Amino acid sequence: MKIAIPVDDKFLQSKVCISFGRTPYFLIYETDTKESTFLDNNAAASQGGAGIKAAQAVADEKVSALITPRCGQNAADVLKAANIKIYKTMNDSIEDNVEAFISEKLSLLEEIHAGFHNHGGE
Amino acid sequence: MKIAVLSGKGGTGKTLVSVNLAAVAKESIYIDCDVEEPNGHLFFKPKDIESEKISVKIPFADEKVCTGCRTCVDFCKFNALAYINNKLKVFDEVCHSCGGCVLLCPEKALSEREKVIGKVQKGVSENVTVITGILNTGEASGIPIIKKLLEDKNEGKNLTFIDCPPGSACIVMESIKDADYCILVAEPSLFGVHNLNMVYELIKLFNKPHGVVLNKCLEGENPSEKFCIEKSINILGKIPFDNELGELNSNALISVRENKKYKELFSSLLQVVNKEVQNETAFNPKW
Repeated sequence: MKIAIPVDDKFLQSKVCISFGRTPYFLIYETDTKESTFLDNNAAASQGGAGIKAAQAVADEKVSALITPRCGQNAADVLKAANIKIYKTMNDSIEDNVEAFISEKLSLLEEIHAGFHNHGGE
Repeated sequence: MKIAVLSGKGGTGKTLVSVNLAAVAKESIYIDCDVEEPNGHLFFKPKDIESEKISVKIPFADEKVCTGCRTCVDFCKFNALAYINNKLKVFDEVCHSCGGCVLLCPEKALSEREKVIGKVQKGVSENVTVITGILNTGEASGIPIIKKLLEDKNEGKNLTFIDCPPGSACIVMESIKDADYCILVAEPSLFGVHNLNMVYELIKLFNKPHGVVLNKCLEGENPSEKFCIEKSINILGKIPFDNELGELNSNALISVRENKKYKELFSSLLQVVNKEVQNETAFNPKW
Protein backbone atom coordinates (compact mmCIF):
# COMPACT_ATOMS: atom_id res chain seq x y z
CA MET A 1 0.00 0.00 0.00
CA LYS A 2 1.25 3.48 -0.89
CA ILE A 3 1.10 6.29 1.64
CA ALA A 4 2.07 9.98 1.63
CA ILE A 5 3.44 12.23 4.41
CA PRO A 6 4.33 15.94 4.17
CA VAL A 7 8.00 16.24 5.24
CA ASP A 8 10.53 19.01 5.86
CA ASP A 9 13.42 17.42 3.99
CA LYS A 10 14.28 14.60 1.60
CA PHE A 11 15.41 11.96 4.10
CA LEU A 12 13.61 9.67 6.54
CA GLN A 13 15.25 11.15 9.66
CA SER A 14 13.82 14.56 8.80
CA LYS A 15 10.55 15.75 10.41
CA VAL A 16 6.90 15.71 9.46
CA CYS A 17 5.96 19.12 8.04
CA ILE A 18 3.31 21.06 9.97
CA SER A 19 1.59 22.15 6.72
CA PHE A 20 0.05 19.88 4.10
CA GLY A 21 -0.49 22.32 1.22
CA ARG A 22 2.77 24.20 1.61
CA THR A 23 5.10 21.40 2.69
CA PRO A 24 8.35 21.46 0.69
CA TYR A 25 8.28 17.67 0.02
CA PHE A 26 6.09 14.61 0.26
CA LEU A 27 7.40 11.23 1.28
CA ILE A 28 5.75 8.56 -0.82
CA TYR A 29 6.20 5.27 1.03
CA GLU A 30 5.35 1.79 -0.27
CA THR A 31 4.56 -0.34 2.80
CA ASP A 32 5.01 -3.68 0.97
CA THR A 33 8.45 -3.03 -0.53
CA LYS A 34 9.52 -0.45 2.12
CA GLU A 35 10.57 1.75 -0.77
CA SER A 36 10.55 5.51 -0.21
CA THR A 37 10.62 8.33 -2.75
CA PHE A 38 10.48 12.08 -2.15
CA LEU A 39 8.28 14.30 -4.22
CA ASP A 40 8.82 18.06 -4.60
CA ASN A 41 5.64 19.93 -3.70
CA ASN A 42 5.08 22.34 -6.59
CA ALA A 43 2.11 23.81 -4.73
CA ALA A 44 4.29 25.22 -1.93
CA ALA A 45 4.80 28.60 -3.61
CA SER A 46 1.23 28.98 -4.91
CA GLN A 47 -0.50 32.31 -4.47
CA GLY A 48 -3.58 30.48 -3.33
CA GLY A 49 -5.26 27.09 -3.48
CA ALA A 50 -2.04 25.32 -2.41
CA GLY A 51 -4.03 22.59 -0.65
CA ILE A 52 -5.96 21.76 -3.82
CA LYS A 53 -2.82 21.55 -5.93
CA ALA A 54 -0.91 19.51 -3.33
CA ALA A 55 -3.85 17.11 -2.98
CA GLN A 56 -3.94 16.71 -6.77
CA ALA A 57 -0.25 15.76 -6.76
CA VAL A 58 -0.74 13.26 -3.94
CA ALA A 59 -3.77 11.77 -5.70
CA ASP A 60 -1.77 11.45 -8.92
CA GLU A 61 0.72 9.26 -7.00
CA LYS A 62 -2.17 6.83 -6.44
CA VAL A 63 -1.61 6.64 -2.69
CA SER A 64 -4.24 5.05 -0.45
CA ALA A 65 -3.59 7.11 2.65
CA LEU A 66 -2.21 10.47 3.73
CA ILE A 67 -0.66 10.98 7.17
CA THR A 68 -0.62 14.65 8.18
CA PRO A 69 -0.86 16.84 11.29
CA ARG A 70 -3.61 18.90 9.65
CA CYS A 71 -5.50 19.40 6.44
CA GLY A 72 -7.73 22.13 5.00
CA GLN A 73 -11.27 21.71 3.72
CA ASN A 74 -10.47 22.11 0.00
CA ALA A 75 -7.60 19.62 0.13
CA ALA A 76 -9.78 17.19 2.09
CA ASP A 77 -12.46 17.47 -0.62
CA VAL A 78 -9.95 16.53 -3.32
CA LEU A 79 -8.54 13.64 -1.26
CA LYS A 80 -12.02 12.35 -0.50
CA ALA A 81 -12.93 12.39 -4.19
CA ALA A 82 -9.76 10.37 -4.81
CA ASN A 83 -10.72 7.89 -2.04
CA ILE A 84 -7.60 8.69 -0.03
CA LYS A 85 -7.98 8.23 3.74
CA ILE A 86 -6.50 10.99 5.95
CA TYR A 87 -4.76 9.90 9.18
CA LYS A 88 -3.49 12.17 11.95
CA THR A 89 0.23 12.09 12.80
CA MET A 90 1.14 10.99 16.36
CA ASN A 91 4.32 13.12 16.58
CA ASP A 92 6.79 14.79 14.20
CA SER A 93 8.93 11.68 13.56
CA ILE A 94 8.49 10.23 10.07
CA GLU A 95 9.57 6.73 11.07
CA ASP A 96 7.32 6.59 14.16
CA ASN A 97 4.33 7.53 12.04
CA VAL A 98 5.10 4.99 9.32
CA GLU A 99 5.45 2.24 11.93
CA ALA A 100 2.29 3.31 13.73
CA PHE A 101 0.39 3.33 10.45
CA ILE A 102 1.55 -0.18 9.56
CA SER A 103 0.54 -1.51 12.98
CA GLU A 104 -2.82 0.29 12.57
CA LYS A 105 -2.31 2.56 15.57
CA LEU A 106 -3.05 5.85 13.83
CA SER A 107 -6.51 7.37 13.95
CA LEU A 108 -8.28 9.22 11.19
CA LEU A 109 -7.92 13.02 11.11
CA GLU A 110 -11.29 14.25 12.35
CA GLU A 111 -10.66 17.96 12.41
CA ILE A 112 -10.52 19.60 9.00
CA HIS A 113 -9.81 23.33 9.20
CA ALA A 114 -11.62 25.84 7.04
CA GLY A 115 -8.48 27.25 5.46
CA PHE A 116 -6.52 30.20 6.74
CA HIS A 117 -7.41 32.67 4.05
CA ASN A 118 -11.06 31.94 3.27
CA HIS A 119 -10.31 32.61 -0.37
CA GLY A 120 -7.88 32.04 -3.18
CA GLY A 121 -5.24 34.51 -2.09
CA GLU A 122 -5.86 38.08 -3.04
CA MET B 1 -17.74 64.79 -10.06
CA LYS B 2 -16.79 61.76 -8.01
CA ILE B 3 -15.44 62.19 -4.52
CA ALA B 4 -14.15 59.11 -2.70
CA VAL B 5 -14.02 59.05 1.09
CA LEU B 6 -11.51 56.63 2.55
CA SER B 7 -9.51 55.73 5.65
CA GLY B 8 -6.95 53.16 6.75
CA LYS B 9 -9.28 51.43 9.17
CA GLY B 10 -12.94 51.08 10.04
CA GLY B 11 -14.69 53.40 12.49
CA THR B 12 -12.72 56.50 11.53
CA GLY B 13 -15.68 58.38 10.11
CA LYS B 14 -15.90 57.58 6.39
CA THR B 15 -19.63 57.02 6.55
CA LEU B 16 -20.20 60.05 8.82
CA VAL B 17 -18.37 62.30 6.35
CA SER B 18 -19.76 60.88 3.12
CA VAL B 19 -23.37 60.58 4.33
CA ASN B 20 -23.43 64.12 5.73
CA LEU B 21 -21.70 65.68 2.71
CA ALA B 22 -24.14 63.93 0.38
CA ALA B 23 -27.10 65.03 2.53
CA VAL B 24 -26.01 68.66 2.73
CA ALA B 25 -25.51 68.97 -1.04
CA LYS B 26 -28.42 70.25 -3.12
CA GLU B 27 -28.61 67.05 -5.09
CA SER B 28 -26.21 64.13 -4.93
CA ILE B 29 -25.53 60.43 -5.26
CA TYR B 30 -24.22 58.39 -2.34
CA ILE B 31 -22.57 55.07 -3.24
CA ASP B 32 -21.72 52.60 -0.47
CA CYS B 33 -18.75 50.55 -1.70
CA ASP B 34 -18.15 48.98 1.72
CA VAL B 35 -19.91 45.90 0.36
CA GLU B 36 -18.92 43.62 3.23
CA GLU B 37 -20.69 45.81 5.77
CA PRO B 38 -22.60 48.60 4.03
CA ASN B 39 -24.15 50.92 6.61
CA GLY B 40 -24.90 54.19 4.79
CA HIS B 41 -28.43 52.95 4.07
CA LEU B 42 -29.09 52.74 7.83
CA PHE B 43 -28.80 56.55 7.92
CA PHE B 44 -30.56 57.34 4.66
CA LYS B 45 -33.36 54.75 4.99
CA PRO B 46 -33.93 55.03 1.22
CA LYS B 47 -37.34 54.53 -0.36
CA ASP B 48 -38.47 53.08 -3.72
CA ILE B 49 -35.74 50.46 -3.66
CA GLU B 50 -34.78 48.70 -6.86
CA SER B 51 -32.60 45.64 -6.42
CA GLU B 52 -30.34 43.92 -8.92
CA LYS B 53 -28.53 40.62 -8.37
CA ILE B 54 -24.81 40.53 -9.15
CA SER B 55 -23.20 37.33 -10.33
CA VAL B 56 -19.82 36.08 -11.47
CA LYS B 57 -19.00 33.33 -13.98
CA ILE B 58 -17.78 29.94 -12.76
CA PRO B 59 -16.66 27.16 -15.14
CA PHE B 60 -18.27 23.74 -15.38
CA ALA B 61 -17.22 20.76 -17.47
CA ASP B 62 -19.21 18.54 -19.78
CA GLU B 63 -17.96 15.17 -18.58
CA LYS B 64 -18.79 13.49 -21.88
CA VAL B 65 -16.53 15.87 -23.80
CA CYS B 66 -13.71 16.29 -21.26
CA THR B 67 -10.71 14.08 -22.09
CA GLY B 68 -8.82 14.83 -18.87
CA CYS B 69 -5.95 16.65 -20.59
CA ARG B 70 -5.68 19.00 -17.55
CA THR B 71 -4.87 22.08 -19.61
CA CYS B 72 -7.31 24.00 -17.41
CA VAL B 73 -5.92 22.56 -14.14
CA ASP B 74 -2.36 23.52 -15.09
CA PHE B 75 -3.42 26.95 -16.29
CA CYS B 76 -5.34 28.07 -13.19
CA LYS B 77 -2.98 30.21 -11.10
CA PHE B 78 -5.45 30.13 -8.21
CA ASN B 79 -5.61 26.31 -8.24
CA ALA B 80 -9.40 26.40 -8.42
CA LEU B 81 -9.50 23.19 -10.46
CA ALA B 82 -8.53 19.58 -9.78
CA TYR B 83 -8.90 16.48 -11.94
CA ILE B 84 -9.70 13.52 -9.73
CA ASN B 85 -11.09 10.09 -10.59
CA ASN B 86 -11.67 11.13 -14.20
CA LYS B 87 -13.73 14.11 -13.15
CA LEU B 88 -13.03 17.83 -13.09
CA LYS B 89 -13.64 19.40 -9.69
CA VAL B 90 -14.25 23.16 -9.50
CA PHE B 91 -13.73 25.15 -6.29
CA ASP B 92 -16.17 28.04 -6.74
CA GLU B 93 -14.84 30.13 -3.88
CA VAL B 94 -11.25 29.89 -5.13
CA CYS B 95 -12.16 30.76 -8.75
CA HIS B 96 -11.51 34.39 -9.73
CA SER B 97 -13.76 34.21 -12.82
CA CYS B 98 -10.99 35.04 -15.28
CA GLY B 99 -12.44 32.69 -17.91
CA GLY B 100 -8.97 31.47 -18.95
CA CYS B 101 -9.80 27.79 -18.50
CA VAL B 102 -12.80 28.08 -20.83
CA LEU B 103 -10.70 29.83 -23.49
CA LEU B 104 -7.91 27.25 -23.33
CA CYS B 105 -9.93 24.01 -23.24
CA PRO B 106 -8.91 22.22 -26.48
CA GLU B 107 -12.05 20.06 -26.40
CA LYS B 108 -14.45 22.95 -25.71
CA ALA B 109 -15.70 20.93 -22.76
CA LEU B 110 -15.89 23.92 -20.42
CA SER B 111 -18.65 26.49 -20.26
CA GLU B 112 -19.61 29.10 -17.70
CA ARG B 113 -22.51 29.36 -15.31
CA GLU B 114 -23.63 32.35 -13.30
CA LYS B 115 -23.11 32.37 -9.55
CA VAL B 116 -24.87 35.09 -7.55
CA ILE B 117 -22.50 36.77 -5.07
CA GLY B 118 -24.58 39.71 -3.91
CA LYS B 119 -26.73 42.62 -5.01
CA VAL B 120 -26.92 46.34 -5.73
CA GLN B 121 -29.80 48.35 -4.26
CA LYS B 122 -30.86 51.76 -5.45
CA GLY B 123 -33.25 54.04 -3.61
CA VAL B 124 -34.00 57.67 -2.78
CA SER B 125 -33.67 59.63 0.46
CA GLU B 126 -34.91 63.21 -0.08
CA ASN B 127 -32.19 64.95 -2.16
CA VAL B 128 -29.89 61.90 -2.26
CA THR B 129 -29.90 58.88 -4.57
CA VAL B 130 -28.59 56.04 -2.40
CA ILE B 131 -26.82 53.13 -4.07
CA THR B 132 -25.69 50.25 -1.87
CA GLY B 133 -23.54 47.23 -2.71
CA ILE B 134 -24.14 44.08 -0.66
CA LEU B 135 -21.80 41.09 -0.83
CA ASN B 136 -23.27 37.78 0.35
CA THR B 137 -21.67 36.42 3.52
CA GLY B 138 -18.86 33.99 2.81
CA GLU B 139 -18.05 35.28 -0.68
CA ALA B 140 -14.38 35.96 -1.35
CA SER B 141 -14.34 39.19 -3.32
CA GLY B 142 -16.66 42.17 -3.58
CA ILE B 143 -14.88 43.65 -6.59
CA PRO B 144 -17.52 42.58 -9.16
CA ILE B 145 -20.13 44.40 -7.05
CA ILE B 146 -18.01 47.56 -6.82
CA LYS B 147 -17.50 47.50 -10.61
CA LYS B 148 -21.28 47.46 -11.01
CA LEU B 149 -21.78 50.19 -8.38
CA LEU B 150 -19.39 52.54 -10.12
CA GLU B 151 -20.69 52.01 -13.65
CA ASP B 152 -21.41 55.59 -14.53
CA LYS B 153 -23.96 56.31 -17.18
CA ASN B 154 -23.85 60.07 -16.59
CA GLU B 155 -20.13 60.41 -17.19
CA GLY B 156 -19.45 62.11 -13.88
CA LYS B 157 -21.99 64.91 -14.32
CA ASN B 158 -23.57 64.29 -10.91
CA LEU B 159 -22.03 65.07 -7.57
CA THR B 160 -21.20 61.61 -6.27
CA PHE B 161 -19.81 60.54 -2.91
CA ILE B 162 -18.16 57.14 -2.76
CA ASP B 163 -18.07 55.62 0.74
CA CYS B 164 -15.07 53.27 0.46
CA PRO B 165 -14.30 50.05 2.33
CA PRO B 166 -11.69 50.46 5.09
CA GLY B 167 -7.99 49.83 4.48
CA SER B 168 -5.90 50.08 1.34
CA ALA B 169 -6.36 46.70 -0.40
CA CYS B 170 -7.63 45.81 -3.91
CA ILE B 171 -11.23 46.53 -2.97
CA VAL B 172 -10.31 50.14 -2.04
CA MET B 173 -8.25 50.61 -5.20
CA GLU B 174 -11.27 49.52 -7.22
CA SER B 175 -13.42 52.06 -5.34
CA ILE B 176 -11.14 55.08 -5.92
CA LYS B 177 -9.96 54.19 -9.44
CA ASP B 178 -12.27 56.65 -11.21
CA ALA B 179 -12.60 59.21 -8.42
CA ASP B 180 -11.80 62.84 -9.23
CA TYR B 181 -10.89 63.65 -5.64
CA CYS B 182 -10.14 61.70 -2.45
CA ILE B 183 -11.07 62.74 1.09
CA LEU B 184 -9.00 60.94 3.72
CA VAL B 185 -10.60 60.76 7.16
CA ALA B 186 -8.20 60.56 10.11
CA GLU B 187 -8.37 60.09 13.88
CA PRO B 188 -6.23 62.16 16.29
CA SER B 189 -3.96 59.37 17.54
CA LEU B 190 -0.64 57.74 16.65
CA PHE B 191 -2.57 54.71 15.47
CA GLY B 192 -4.66 57.12 13.39
CA VAL B 193 -1.49 58.49 11.77
CA HIS B 194 -0.39 54.98 10.84
CA ASN B 195 -3.73 54.32 9.15
CA LEU B 196 -3.74 57.72 7.48
CA ASN B 197 -0.28 57.04 6.07
CA MET B 198 -1.52 53.76 4.54
CA VAL B 199 -4.24 55.45 2.50
CA TYR B 200 -2.04 58.47 1.83
CA GLU B 201 0.53 56.20 0.16
CA LEU B 202 -2.23 54.54 -1.82
CA ILE B 203 -3.71 57.75 -3.25
CA LYS B 204 -0.22 59.04 -4.04
CA LEU B 205 0.31 55.85 -6.04
CA PHE B 206 -2.93 56.59 -7.90
CA ASN B 207 -1.93 60.23 -8.26
CA LYS B 208 -5.28 61.46 -6.94
CA PRO B 209 -5.89 65.00 -5.75
CA HIS B 210 -6.69 64.77 -2.07
CA GLY B 211 -7.26 66.40 1.29
CA VAL B 212 -7.76 65.29 4.89
CA VAL B 213 -10.70 65.64 7.24
CA LEU B 214 -9.59 65.44 10.87
CA ASN B 215 -12.33 63.67 12.82
CA LYS B 216 -12.90 63.31 16.57
CA CYS B 217 -10.74 66.36 17.28
CA LEU B 218 -9.91 67.01 20.94
CA GLU B 219 -7.98 69.79 22.62
CA GLY B 220 -4.23 69.36 22.64
CA GLU B 221 -1.90 67.89 20.10
CA ASN B 222 -3.36 66.05 17.09
CA PRO B 223 -0.77 63.62 15.64
CA SER B 224 -2.72 63.36 12.37
CA GLU B 225 -2.72 67.14 11.99
CA LYS B 226 1.02 67.16 12.64
CA PHE B 227 1.45 64.48 9.96
CA CYS B 228 -0.52 66.57 7.44
CA ILE B 229 1.54 69.67 8.15
CA GLU B 230 4.80 67.74 7.83
CA LYS B 231 3.73 66.21 4.50
CA SER B 232 2.07 69.44 3.28
CA ILE B 233 -1.29 67.68 2.94
CA ASN B 234 -4.25 70.00 2.68
CA ILE B 235 -6.54 69.89 5.75
CA LEU B 236 -10.09 70.34 4.50
CA GLY B 237 -11.77 70.59 7.87
CA LYS B 238 -12.06 69.41 11.44
CA ILE B 239 -14.94 67.60 13.11
CA PRO B 240 -14.95 67.89 16.90
CA PHE B 241 -15.16 64.95 19.29
CA ASP B 242 -18.69 65.78 20.31
CA ASN B 243 -21.18 63.79 22.38
CA GLU B 244 -24.19 65.24 20.60
CA LEU B 245 -22.84 64.32 17.16
CA GLY B 246 -21.95 60.87 18.45
CA GLU B 247 -25.43 60.37 19.81
CA LEU B 248 -27.13 61.42 16.57
CA ASN B 249 -24.83 59.13 14.66
CA SER B 250 -25.35 56.14 16.94
CA ASN B 251 -29.11 56.57 16.53
CA ALA B 252 -28.60 56.33 12.74
CA LEU B 253 -29.67 59.95 12.24
CA ILE B 254 -28.10 62.23 9.65
CA SER B 255 -26.73 65.13 11.69
CA VAL B 256 -27.13 67.78 8.95
CA ARG B 257 -30.85 66.96 8.75
CA GLU B 258 -31.26 67.19 12.53
CA ASN B 259 -29.17 70.10 13.74
CA LYS B 260 -28.32 73.51 12.24
CA LYS B 261 -24.87 73.48 13.83
CA TYR B 262 -23.83 70.38 11.92
CA LYS B 263 -25.54 71.57 8.76
CA GLU B 264 -23.26 74.59 8.85
CA LEU B 265 -20.21 72.48 9.64
CA PHE B 266 -20.72 70.11 6.70
CA SER B 267 -21.91 72.90 4.36
CA SER B 268 -18.65 74.73 4.84
CA LEU B 269 -16.72 71.46 4.46
CA LEU B 270 -18.55 70.84 1.18
CA GLN B 271 -17.68 74.35 0.00
CA VAL B 272 -14.01 73.75 0.77
CA VAL B 273 -14.12 70.41 -1.07
CA ASN B 274 -15.85 71.98 -4.08
CA LYS B 275 -13.27 74.72 -4.26
CA GLU B 276 -10.44 72.20 -3.98
CA VAL B 277 -11.85 70.05 -6.75
CA GLN B 278 -12.26 73.09 -9.00
CA ASN B 279 -8.67 74.13 -8.36
CA GLU B 280 -7.49 70.65 -9.23
CA THR B 281 -9.62 70.73 -12.36
CA ALA B 282 -7.99 73.97 -13.44
CA PHE B 283 -4.55 72.41 -13.05
CA ASN B 284 -5.38 69.17 -14.76
CA PRO B 285 -6.69 69.45 -18.34
CA LYS B 286 -8.11 65.89 -18.12
CA TRP B 287 -11.28 67.27 -16.54
